[in-house]
Amino acid sequence: MAQKAKTNGKVNGHHAHSHKTRVEATINGENVEFLCEPRQSLLEVLRDVLELTGSKEGCLTGDCGACSVIIDGRTVCSCLMFGVEADGKKITTVEGLANGAKLHPLQQKFLEDASLQCGICTPGFLMSAKALLDRNPNPSEAEIRYALAGNLCRCTGYDKIVHAVLDAAKVMQAGG
Amino acid sequence: MHEISYEVPTTVAQAVTMLKRHGEKARPLVGGTDLLIQLRAGVRRPEFIVDLKNIKELRQIKFDAKKGVRLGAAVPCIEVYESEVMRKHYPGLTEAAHLIGSLQIQNRASVGGNLCNGSPAADTTPALIALGAKARIAGGKSAREVPVEDFVISPGRTVLKPGEILVEFVIPAPKPHSSDSYLRFIPRNEMDIAVVGVGTSITLAGDVVKAARIGLGAVGPTPIFATKASESLVGKTLDDAAIEAAAQLAIEAATPIDDMRGTAEFRKHVTGVLTRRTLQIAAERARNKK
Amino acid sequence: MAESSNGHYKVIGTRPIRHDGIDKVTGRAKYGADYAFPGMLFGKVLRSPHAHAIIKSINVEKALKMPGVKAIVTAADLPEAEDKVEQVGEAAMNPRYLSMNILAHSKALYDGHAIAAVAATSPHIAEEALRLIEVDYEVLPPVMKVDDAMKKNATILLPNLRNKEEGDNPTNVASHLQFKRGDVAAGLKAADFVVEREFNTAMVHQGYIEPHNAVGIYNSDGQATIYCSTQGAFDVRSMCAQVLGVSVGKIKVVPAEIGGGFGGKTTIYLEPLSLMLAKKTGHPVKLVMSRSEVLRASGPTSGSKIKIKMGCTRDGKITGAEVWMAYEAGAFPGSPVGAGAMTILAPYNIDNFQVDGYDVVVNRPKTAAYRAPGATNAAMAAETVIDELAEKCGMDPIDFRIANACKEGTPQIVGPPYKRIGFIETVEAIKNSPHYKSELTGKNRGRGFAAGFWFNAGMQSSATVNIQTDGTASVITGSADIGGSRASMAMITAEVLGMDVTDVRPVVADTDSTGHTDVTGGSRTTFATGMAVYNAAQDVVRQLKERAAKTWEKKPEEVKFEDGKFSAEGEGIKPMNIKELAKRLARTGGPITGRAQVSTGGIGVGPAFAATCVDVEVDPDTGKVQILRCTVAQDAGKAIHPSYVEGQMQGGTAQGIGWALNEEYFYDAKGTLRNSGLLDYRMPTCLDLPMIETAIVEIPNPIHPLGVRGVGEVSIVPPPAAVANAIYRATGVRMTELPMSPPRLLKAMLENRRTHELQAAAAD
Repeated sequence: MAQKAKTNGKVNGHHAHSHKTRVEATINGENVEFLCEPRQSLLEVLRDVLELTGSKEGCLTGDCGACSVIIDGRTVCSCLMFGVEADGKKITTVEGLANGAKLHPLQQKFLEDASLQCGICTPGFLMSAKALLDRNPNPSEAEIRYALAGNLCRCTGYDKIVHAVLDAAKVMQAGG
Repeated sequence: MHEISYEVPTTVAQAVTMLKRHGEKARPLVGGTDLLIQLRAGVRRPEFIVDLKNIKELRQIKFDAKKGVRLGAAVPCIEVYESEVMRKHYPGLTEAAHLIGSLQIQNRASVGGNLCNGSPAADTTPALIALGAKARIAGGKSAREVPVEDFVISPGRTVLKPGEILVEFVIPAPKPHSSDSYLRFIPRNEMDIAVVGVGTSITLAGDVVKAARIGLGAVGPTPIFATKASESLVGKTLDDAAIEAAAQLAIEAATPIDDMRGTAEFRKHVTGVLTRRTLQIAAERARNKK
Repeated sequence: MAESSNGHYKVIGTRPIRHDGIDKVTGRAKYGADYAFPGMLFGKVLRSPHAHAIIKSINVEKALKMPGVKAIVTAADLPEAEDKVEQVGEAAMNPRYLSMNILAHSKALYDGHAIAAVAATSPHIAEEALRLIEVDYEVLPPVMKVDDAMKKNATILLPNLRNKEEGDNPTNVASHLQFKRGDVAAGLKAADFVVEREFNTAMVHQGYIEPHNAVGIYNSDGQATIYCSTQGAFDVRSMCAQVLGVSVGKIKVVPAEIGGGFGGKTTIYLEPLSLMLAKKTGHPVKLVMSRSEVLRASGPTSGSKIKIKMGCTRDGKITGAEVWMAYEAGAFPGSPVGAGAMTILAPYNIDNFQVDGYDVVVNRPKTAAYRAPGATNAAMAAETVIDELAEKCGMDPIDFRIANACKEGTPQIVGPPYKRIGFIETVEAIKNSPHYKSELTGKNRGRGFAAGFWFNAGMQSSATVNIQTDGTASVITGSADIGGSRASMAMITAEVLGMDVTDVRPVVADTDSTGHTDVTGGSRTTFATGMAVYNAAQDVVRQLKERAAKTWEKKPEEVKFEDGKFSAEGEGIKPMNIKELAKRLARTGGPITGRAQVSTGGIGVGPAFAATCVDVEVDPDTGKVQILRCTVAQDAGKAIHPSYVEGQMQGGTAQGIGWALNEEYFYDAKGTLRNSGLLDYRMPTCLDLPMIETAIVEIPNPIHPLGVRGVGEVSIVPPPAAVANAIYRATGVRMTELPMSPPRLLKAMLENRRTHELQAAAAD
């Protein structure tokens, strides 16, 4: 586990005050170090401390998935985690999905299939879809719908989103 | 949110010490899927959050064909679903864990947290009751085991005293021709809190019921062990009449209220429906088991 | 125009990737809550926990003392607002009520009504500070339903509210409107079949995933800037100016990317607060609503009570219809009952009708527009009653619609007769769809059909097209892009200029940078802003012709523009495309900007029709409904970008299905909203819907250069009725309440079964 805060907070068996705690994590492949108050959620840390505003706040109760990020291979609602809990974790956000300037097949298919209208839910869907395809490269429509049930979209009716995931799966299976 | 401090014990003893020290001012944290919502709503305002996820005993699934399984209180629901042992021997509890919300929620929420939150609508609780699971608690003078059906005293309140933590569930070993099932009613297909939840386990000898347990969720102030309904099946042939009789007794055991998730009348009716259905599924599974 | 004689376009009708797409799939796009500025503070709003209360005093002293708190504002910081009615966007607005909704004046009128706003150095501190504000309320009885509000001695919400009919008596009925034609009593008498039903529909919310937000910046010279997610930057500007008592020119509104609106972001909530706090603190101030605040305090759409009586001859001709409807306005007048009244019978040619509509205030949040506001409630009533009549006549429900359909020349409820419209073609598109032609087999299953109408608006838009030195173009409009419209603007520009769509950059501009543009709503954007863009691009062509003429020493009228090339007769004159001509701009007179403003009128610029077919399966033991299959047809006139037209159709259908099945506001006896979160305000998830099949019908709109009809709204209108009709065929039960949630449906099914059992027993 990473080194803990050296100010008046120490984690991992010791007392951390509500003053800021130092946290180390890997975010989108980069080692990142940040300070946050214990009461700040991971979502707040990403958006307000690290300026990664791609993850969105939609409900703060884990019911909409707009804040979804991938932690150690699994999607979670970053609004339901404290920033301090990210210590030592590997986190992927939407900002880390593309490979430099090369879009991930999911991003490409969302664009080609017109799977976004306002786009606010898109980062969360991309995270959930990526986590799905990384585990299940050839999902059925039903499996896709189940995996995405935690992400709400109000604009599209989900049709073109599901198509994009099916299309991206084909591309990824073909080695794209 | 008010200001909080965050502490991370690595052993049960450390956790107990921290929680005892802070008393009512502390709250344990596992998945956070209930706690953070409550903290933001101002429902709870503890100053100290004690993260239990780094304690080994709370994170393991230890199975023994004779003794049963010890399911750590902090095991995320998704790991229950992915555990071969759990799927094979306790399919009802496993499906309850897989229904508990979106994948995002299942990846964090734990069966232990589900119980300790003290909601009558918790999905895994009726399934645990059906299995005759016991909750093993540390922090008192000695560890104690409490049947899951006695764990929640009133909405939001459990038998845990300040300084105590739920360490693991002790679930009896699977018997031959025995299985379980969990169904819940929700208005959508995911993401809803159970309007009615029924967990059933059944042990058959031929067509005759050797043992049966029915747990009900979301139809009373606490999760319910429907004792009369369960006992009514023992020694009977599991036919439509017996199932119907059990369903009626389950309806009588339910004491639901009208709220925005359903009327009392609706919940009673659906209690009967799900009792029938889970009995049929559990029986089918039990018959197919060697 | 790049239109060949058979009407084939090069760009229009294709499906290019939207220009803002990459930013949106990489998380770079900036929505309102994503903005941060140096020294920025965070604001939070204190909201009334009471549905109805007199505010006796507000004491902010303790809160101000909390470390990190920089300022607090209440209604005392607002100027007096005039009590009159003004037109803002699609709606009529009373500035005094608007001000009262921004911050409660003397009364709290709904659970969630804003009382005060705090600015602090962190959102957590601001939130904690709210707890220290002391408000002395005198709680009054809440009035939550139109029935109670309309009673003789009802508790009065707004002491100064009057309507024409009740003279000087205080009332909760803000207005009564009526539409009549012919003799409805005679019409009903002439009917062979009459169906009479009463409907109750629950209040529902637009449900956009992005909560309201605003960042306010106030400069010492009195110039202010607001960054916010909005459907109409110009409306935000004029409404804030009204509420704050400043002139419009003092405020610049920058529309951020917007995470859904559906009509709900055509008004203001946080924007004036952000400026008030920015002024008091001298810092930028950001406010963002929580989901709970969105549901408690931002406009849902009306719940309603609708009584309808309709009659037809045995061969399926509607002879008369009588409607009484009361819509919840929320705490202040302004429900969409007028639109409900005008749309309820609009798809049909009916000689005798009378529609009475009442706008009723209740202790709920002030309603705001929600996608074809008022029409969905109305269609639930009309389209299910029509389904019953069709059944009595032994007619296919679609044939019944066709027998009564409006077409070119049919008089409208209000306004001139219909021009060329595509209602019949739209319902026929369902009739001919693979879905409708397929057989539905299996127990507990049923198929339902319904049609819908929406006016679509016109209003004002401005557009500018600039030609860059490399011959590419930018097109600038003031239309917030909520569904992909900027791509359509680029496509129209590219089509007119004969360019690749990737060479056109669409810009959504702020209120300083472009001419007045009305709201993105009313299904008007591709229609009106598209028209302005088309005209601006034509203006560019005209100017480019002049430049080509200058280059070739010809007269402008001798220059032709076809297939993206300028040409003229003459020795050595080689045709040039825009890229080549652009190189000569500096020499021939300087940069080229094409511009256009349109004012296309109010409603009736080209109505929209939709038709929806759904197959359902109902669990007979629990009342749970699964949507098995769904098809929606819509007349788009001309689909500029078909994928985004399909998107509008599918999105509206999904919202309509949510409205049909599980969405509703639950208030308790005290008037507190019980389901102020997305756990219990149940919108459809991915797992609740099938693929949504679409059929785009194209009957060109005669008054638009490209034939465009607005498409953004009408798809939400038919689904609740279609689902209700499907449930009837699956279960034998006619539902008259929305939503048709499992407890309600199960109750109705059990009663229906009991009735049938009794009848069967009696028959024995």
